[in-house]
Amino acid sequence: MNDEPGSGPQNPRAIVVGHGDFAGGLVSAVGQICGMADKLVVLSMMGMTPEDIESGIREQLARTGARVIFTDLPAGSATLAARRIVRDEPGLVLVSGVNLATLLDFVFNTSVPPTEAARAAAERGKASLIVVGR
Amino acid sequence: MGIHLYRIDDRLIHGQVVVGWGQPLNARFMVLVDDLVASSDWEKELYRMAVPPEMEIFFADVDAAIRDHAKYAADPRPGILITGDIGSMQRLVKGVKAIGSVNLGGIHHRAGRVAKKRYIFLTPDEEKQLHEIESAGVEVTAQDVPSARAVPLSEVLEGESR
Repeated sequence: MNDEPGSGPQNPRAIVVGHGDFAGGLVSAVGQICGMADKLVVLSMMGMTPEDIESGIREQLARTGARVIFTDLPAGSATLAARRIVRDEPGLVLVSGVNLATLLDFVFNTSVPPTEAARAAAERGKASLIVVGR
Repeated sequence: MGIHLYRIDDRLIHGQVVVGWGQPLNARFMVLVDDLVASSDWEKELYRMAVPPEMEIFFADVDAAIRDHAKYAADPRPGILITGDIGSMQRLVKGVKAIGSVNLGGIHHRAGRVAKKRYIFLTPDEEKQLHEIESAGVEVTAQDVPSARAVPLSEVLEGESR
């Protein structure tokens, strides 16, 4: 076990934010596969200003103690907002380009701090992209 | 080639711009016109990292954008110019006098603004600024993504409850 914020068994371990219903869909899939959707907080950014997105992420981080943010596109508003937050709050980790394999690896990896689990999960997520066919 | 899209979007560079418009336009450069961003190395780096490697990004405050507009317009590559607010685009339109159309891509809710479309909220002063841009001979339409209909300004200002 570890004492990093967001590490407790009942605590959400990360915020997931993205375009449209991306975050909700991805977390729903985590729940369907392993029943651990409660380890992730979904944040939709539909119709929000950049300032609203940033404050929304900050609020969820403060409320849950999570130290990890997953976003979808590197160019997305959520990623830009998260990068501003990471600049202000050392110790947070942002993973952009999240996919289902990344989140599954992350929620299962409870033996290390969430920030470390996020880095490992990002590598698993990259490796999960395969191309089949010619 | 040159600038194919003049867009007002308070999110500046984000997925809808880089992917939604950038891909179909085959955009190879972006001009981000914003006085605040242009004055901050950190902000410039933030947005620079948000664009794909095949897309060059230029940063300019409004005065510099007016001065350098001819260079952007003559660029052999297709490009997108973006401002984060109506006032900056209005200054650009006045200073350049060669802008034929302006796209309203995202002006989101803030205190004092009234909903006109799902992604367009305006104060009375901003409505006036848009009228003035149109009066200068510039076509103003709202269109968040290329597959959506370009909605004329008059229709935008009527709101969605008509």
